[in-house]
Amino acid sequence: MSNIVDTIRTEKLRTDLPVFSIGDTIRCRMNITEGGKTRIQNYEGVVIARQGSANEASITVRKISNGVAVERVLPIESPNLAGIELVRRGRIRRSKLYYLRELTGKKARIREKQFGRK
Amino acid sequence: MNGMIGRKLGMTRLFDEDGRHVPVTVIEAGPCVVTQVKTAGGADKYDAVQLGFGPLKPKNAPRPQKGHFEKAGTGPLRIVGEFTLDEGDAYVRGDRVDVSLFTGVARVDVTGVTRGFGFQGRIKRWNQGRGPASHGSKNVRMSGSTGMHTKPGRSLKNTSMAGQLGNKQETKKNLSVVRVDQERNLLLVKGSVPGSKNGIVYIRVSR
Repeated sequence: MSNIVDTIRTEKLRTDLPVFSIGDTIRCRMNITEGGKTRIQNYEGVVIARQGSANEASITVRKISNGVAVERVLPIESPNLAGIELVRRGRIRRSKLYYLRELTGKKARIREKQFGRK
Repeated sequence: MNGMIGRKLGMTRLFDEDGRHVPVTVIEAGPCVVTQVKTAGGADKYDAVQLGFGPLKPKNAPRPQKGHFEKAGTGPLRIVGEFTLDEGDAYVRGDRVDVSLFTGVARVDVTGVTRGFGFQGRIKRWNQGRGPASHGSKNVRMSGSTGMHTKPGRSLKNTSMAGQLGNKQETKKNLSVVRVDQERNLLLVKGSVPGSKNGIVYIRVSR
């Protein structure tokens, strides 16, 4: 890719988001526009994948909502994503957690990352 | 003037103020040099300007072209193209045209040579279906019937068949101008444009 396109892709990246990685549980603050009014809705779930880079990056966030699994793909540079809060760090061994889709209940848990341990 | 010459750099995406995702193509538009002015009153019998774009090493330029570009006060250029004039335009040979030409313009047409795919079958070229793969079938990717019977007794013209795909000039019309970046000579239009990266494109203001 040409350098100029790369510059355009990286020149207005947001810096307000916390550092998070795959397997973390995050709370996304989404701007929802309803009837001309904008409010913030929280969406909390596990980051199971991250695609793309720079202004084209997006994350897939999975949650179980009233017994129904929901996955949302969120472009992280989108202005509709007002913010992200880190809730819990997960200890995982791969970069795409698609295996969680096959698992339910206790098996679908992710162990919390313990710092200062080997 | 109704347009100029540019180079397609690639695609990315932006978000508009409502948070909607906008796919954009980045085009390096100009700067172009007016290499010749044609007038209806002169030898050419019509009004137009010839623009040049993209530097060319002097050793690679044919000698007659060198002289032509010297008259415009520029080194040899790779691409030239002709553009029509608007009412009241007064260009002189040697003038520079930059991307500010598109400031305030809502929509443009972009002409380029599409990526070449060579000789391709009807499935890729015309998006036709394929035959059954099993049960003794032998027409997996073959073309089926190309016409009727005794009447008319021939295949009609423009029947979709295998052949050259791509490497053909195409114009994409009415692309929205998303941004004009005068500092870097960039024009960002919504959607895709014909051609490969670094391909030459002709950008014209939509009628």
